[in-house]
Amino acid sequence: MAFNLRDRGADIWDRAPRSGRIAIALSAMLFAICLPFLGGTFLNTPISSYEAVLVYPVGLFVLMALGLNIVVGKSGLLDLGYVAFFAIGAYTMAILGTHTGLNFWEILPIGIGLAMLSGVILGLPTLRLRGDYLAIVTLGFGEIVRIVALNTMSIGGPNGIANIPNPPKFLSLEYTLQNQKAYYWTVLFLIFLVIWMVRRLSTRRPGRAWESIRQDEDVADLMGVKTLKYKIWAFAIGAAIGGAGGVVFAAKSMFVAPEMFTLNTSILILACVVFGGMGNIWGVITGAVILSYLPERIRFISDARLLIFGLTLVVMMNLRADGILPRKKRERSFHS
Amino acid sequence: MDFSVLFDQFFALTIDGIALGFIYSLIALGYTMVYGVLRLINFANSEVFMLGTFATIMTSKNIFGYADDSEPLTGWKLVYTLLACMIISMLVCAIAGVLVEIIAYRRLRKNGSNRLTTLISAIGVSIVISETVRILTSSAPANNPRLLDKIFLVSYEGTKFHLFKFEIPVSAFELRLDTLLVIIFAIVLLVSVDRFVKHSRLGKGIRAVSMSEENSQLMGVNLNKVISSTFFIAGLMTGAAAFFYTTVYESTKFNVGFELGLAAFTAAVLGGIGNLRGAFFGGISLGLLEIYAATIFGTQWKAVTAFVVLVLVLLFKPNGLFGESLQKARV
Repeated sequence: MAFNLRDRGADIWDRAPRSGRIAIALSAMLFAICLPFLGGTFLNTPISSYEAVLVYPVGLFVLMALGLNIVVGKSGLLDLGYVAFFAIGAYTMAILGTHTGLNFWEILPIGIGLAMLSGVILGLPTLRLRGDYLAIVTLGFGEIVRIVALNTMSIGGPNGIANIPNPPKFLSLEYTLQNQKAYYWTVLFLIFLVIWMVRRLSTRRPGRAWESIRQDEDVADLMGVKTLKYKIWAFAIGAAIGGAGGVVFAAKSMFVAPEMFTLNTSILILACVVFGGMGNIWGVITGAVILSYLPERIRFISDARLLIFGLTLVVMMNLRADGILPRKKRERSFHS
Repeated sequence: MDFSVLFDQFFALTIDGIALGFIYSLIALGYTMVYGVLRLINFANSEVFMLGTFATIMTSKNIFGYADDSEPLTGWKLVYTLLACMIISMLVCAIAGVLVEIIAYRRLRKNGSNRLTTLISAIGVSIVISETVRILTSSAPANNPRLLDKIFLVSYEGTKFHLFKFEIPVSAFELRLDTLLVIIFAIVLLVSVDRFVKHSRLGKGIRAVSMSEENSQLMGVNLNKVISSTFFIAGLMTGAAAFFYTTVYESTKFNVGFELGLAAFTAAVLGGIGNLRGAFFGGISLGLLEIYAATIFGTQWKAVTAFVVLVLVLLFKPNGLFGESLQKARV
């Protein structure tokens, strides 16, 4: 690959002094925080309001793509049922929010915990097996969660659950239908948290373990990396992030129904990860922003969106398997 | 949970389960054969199946001009119409299978890409196929005209008799013409594939490649040709399955492949993936299991059965009931 934007960016970052790095990071964060105010004529989306689009799909897709990136990009485990964790988080918020007096901030950790637990339960039998088994089992799991939600009448069946309470006021931020900025900043906060966590994990033991598992699992195993343990951790962390996304989604839309959590969503998130560049968080964020924003901005893409994303997967894999912003050269495996 | 229906209808359900099982076996054969040569799950196989169901319906509707309310056919006309539907469905699936291989796998195989890349590429192809059909059909289901009248060859209502204090039900039994034909044709196809892979020159090539890709190439096996033919044969079987499915269930939709594909894949794993006869037994067992489970728990849980079976098999017997060592070759 002749030109690698990611390496160029990484070079600038590496050469910059500490003050420069802080300046770059702060201005990027500031830009992200100010995005809801930039909803002028050009960025506006025709159907849903621009601020709402920033929360879902854009913000939540970035969050979930970052979560899935840990599983697919970092550790090389193909998860095709990622929406299941999103659904588990959303239903946790819906059930606890309507039946108990708990509020959003109390439910968030519970939702994350439950999603994580389901990730471990799903991962334990399957992560010992070959990668393509994992793909098909997760694919099945995603559908099963939806079918269970569809056929369990006590959680609304096909009608879903409505009237999910909004989060309580937090630091003079009103969470209402009109004020989507509050949700956006909540999602953004979670995104910053995940980026910080992933960056720290990547350079430490778990990150190196994932990297070695992705490149060659047998060799990693021989070198004494506890592959099963780290694969389950990758799965659980990915699931936890998906669950967090689900909790925010349910609180934001105040309504959940099984048809929101179809296989298509899993595929869309996977497409975000693959399009941007597996394993590289900046690539993944770029991919997720482009692939979630464009169908909202240009409406005629919307109907054929899945078709386009399917094509994206095939074309990217055949021509540029590392995505538009590939990971750094030294992190690339020998095979790809 | 309702066990009484299961006991009252046991034999009738068993026949249904076996017919469904044979359809699974044929699709599972596609998964297993491709797995044998490529060591990859062909994700697009389920969408190839879906194309076959539409090919069957389009043959009877657009080529022969039958409508939804056409009278069932009789005599020679019935025989050649059904054969034409079946052959066209098989050919469409076979060609689609070969194209999938060329688009999704060949280039990546040549570059020596890793498995994750290949898997995602195959998933992409299957999304493209199903979405194209969804947009073309506007998500509407298509019905197959009833060309083959569903005559009951044998029909027995079932009875109950008293033995001392106990009431013992004798299950109902019925055999329809279409299920009988499915079973006979499927057996013929499965046996011929088994013979073909065992004895023909190409079959030997397929077996050689599945043992060792490199060594078979050193021995002069044309790898591309063998892989293409494997996809072709797998497509033929999937196409036959699609024809049987549309004949028995008479309706299809763009997403029909998903459930069937998951079930057939489960069948392949149950029998030991890469194992031809395993696919046959896995298909039958899963078909029976699904029908019984659907009777007990309700049809909406049918898809869950396959998944639960899959997870249990992977948990306790990952090599399948009939064995094929897979755990060694991990990603």
